Parts: sequence; C-alpha cells; structure tokens
Amino acid sequence: MGALGHYLEREGIPTAQISLIREQTAAIRPPRALWVPFMLGRPFGVPGDAAFQRRVLVALLSLFERKAGPLLEDYAEDAPAESLDAGGFACPVSFAGSAAADRGLAEALRDEVRQLASWHGLALRRRGRSTVGVFGPTVDAAVEHVVSFLDQHPQTPPVEGMTAGTAIKRACDDLRAYYFEAAAAQPGNLSSAAIDRWFWSDTAAARALFAIRDICLGSSDPSLRPLGKLSLIPRAVAEGRPR
Amino acid sequence: MARLSDFSEAEKKHHLDKILDFPDFGETPIAEGPALAQRRVAIITTAGLHLRNDRPFDGGAADYRVIPGDAPAADLVMSHVSVNFDRTGFQEDLNVVFPLDRLRELADEGMVGAVADIHYSFMGATQMRALEAKARELAGLLKKDRVDAVLLSPV
Repeated sequence: MGALGHYLEREGIPTAQISLIREQTAAIRPPRALWVPFMLGRPFGVPGDAAFQRRVLVALLSLFERKAGPLLEDYAEDAPAESLDAGGFACPVSFAGSAAADRGLAEALRDEVRQLASWHGLALRRRGRSTVGVFGPTVDAAVEHVVSFLDQHPQTPPVEGMTAGTAIKRACDDLRAYYFEAAAAQPGNLSSAAIDRWFWSDTAAARALFAIRDICLGSSDPSLRPLGKLSLIPRAVAEGRPR
Repeated sequence: MARLSDFSEAEKKHHLDKILDFPDFGETPIAEGPALAQRRVAIITTAGLHLRNDRPFDGGAADYRVIPGDAPAADLVMSHVSVNFDRTGFQEDLNVVFPLDRLRELADEGMVGAVADIHYSFMGATQMRALEAKARELAGLLKKDRVDAVLLSPV
C-alpha cells in the first residue's frame, strides 16, 4: 500500500493511506498515513457502523490539510470488542453426528452445504448481496470442483487457460465465503472469531481444505505447490495457534 | 487488533520479516492540492475487489481492476490471494473496506469537493516494485478524471 503512495505522489497525485501494520508503514515512509488499531481486513473499523467508519474517514482526509510530510498519525479510537454469543465460541449449527459423515468427506461436505442453504439464503436476504461467485455463479459449482479435486480427478478449470491452482483456489474461497456468510446469519450475532473457530474446528469443509492443501503440497504442478504452502489455510490455523 | 504487540510471536515475526525485503523508496514525495472542500477524491484499495463479471485476481497480480463509482455493493466480490485477514467485515458491509458510501455522504455535506467517477483495485500481497508501472498508468488516468486526492485502503 505504501508503495502506491510513493508512485502516485511522484506523478503529482496526493494520497493518504490507512496503515494496518504500523511498523511496515514506518519503514516505507509513504506521504500520508493513518495507522488504525483494527483487525486485518477491516481498515475502516466496524462493519455496519456508519458513524464509526465516518470518523475514520474524516481523520484520514484531514491528513490532506497538513503541509509537511511524510506523516504517520495514530488513530486513537479502538473498534469495540465484538460481543461473543452466550456459549462463548459455540456456533448453534453443529454437524456432529451427521449421517453423511459416515459416507465420506465429499458427502459430508455436500450435506453441510445443504444444511446451511437456508442460513445462506437468510444472509442474502438481509444483506442484499453475497460475496460467493468468484469461481462460479453458485456455491454448488465450487463444491463439485472441490469434490472432484478430493477424488483426484479434478474437473477441467471453467475458463480456458486457467491453471488447476487458480481454479481450486477460487472454488475454496467461494466455499469458505458461503460458510462464513451462512454462519453470520444465525442468531446470536456471532463474532468473526467465533465463526472462524467453528469453521476450522467443526466442519467437513475445513477438513476438505486441509486435504486439498496436502494434495497441493504433494503435487508436481507448479500452480498447486505454492497454493498448498500459503493460500488455503491461514497461518495461525495451520500452526495450531489461536487467532 | 492490528497492534503488533497483540499478535503471536510467529505472526509478529512474519510481519516484521517482511520489512527486510522492502525496497528503498528514497525521499518521500509530497504533492500539493487545493483545500479539501475543493478536492475530487478517488479510492484505491488493495483488497482484490472487482466487479463480479470482471477477471478475478491471480496470485502475484500487479494489475488493477476498475470499480465504477455507481457499482452496487452486490456487484463487488473479492479475489485476494491471502487467507490471513478477516473477510467477515467485508461480507457484512463493503464500506468497512471500501468506504464509497461514506465518501459520498461527505461530498454531499461539502467536506470534500466531489467523488471520482471511477475507483480502482489492486491485489495486495504483490511485490512492491511490480506495482510501479501500473501505478504510473493509473496516475495518468486519475489526472484525466481530475482527481486530486486518493485514499489508499489496504486489508
């Protein structure tokens, strides 16, 4: 991000950036930066809180009024801690004991996706949007691509010239987005940490992602190996650390 | 929770080690502009956002996607390669990553002069030097759109 500030400003375009990792921004010394103490992925702090987002945005814009630079200011207001549901990190929907689990990972995955369909429909209705759709128009396309990959007979990528790595990465991302959106629609206003823990601990989808990671790591396909190392399982989950 | 002190030791090391590979950008350039109330503002995100029917980003991509200022939130998806940041915020509310609605409100109130017609998106987690050519290209496009303030939003 700081690199873009340098490059654009050199061409005469004034910039002001959000900084999420202060130490990195301090090293790059972009023209104007506002460090914010929010979780990675949320540069304007709090989803659904327009007043909070506005305060961050106003603070960022105010950097344009300053004459000297480089500037690295600290934003003082923390995002409010996300409330956890009464059960701590428990997600109300549980797949434990599902009969489909006995029929293998692929069937367990399809069964979970079916069970979550009404929750995902509710999320879509409330939000008016879904972020599923990078691989294909519906999650079902992603599920079937994932299943074919687990079966070691991956479907041909949906676009000519697309690598096997790109195809399975996009299918996995759509699958994850579907689960996260469905879980967020459930009662209890689950925190991002709660959803994260539920997904990676309790779902066949997560087991599928770990299995795909292992297939990628053992593959000679240059589009798959880096995917297995970096881009399927979060570092903290892979290393068994709390997120 | 993006204070480095809140991260695990391994995560802290990961982020600090990245600094060792940063290029030296030399002296920081400072471009000037008019008062905020007269500026035309665009947003550039490195969240890997794009229109649903546009090309998703591949790992290491250094090019950009165009985000029209009137694109509905429902038309925007994310194909960032990293799995190490929160996406639930974006899934709930585009503005927590790409605050176009908030920017429009400030323009309506006169705090900023105007909102650009076109905004842009890169995929973060790209080699910094690789961004230079497309950033220069973008600067020319921004000037043609009379933009004199760019907000840079990472994830």
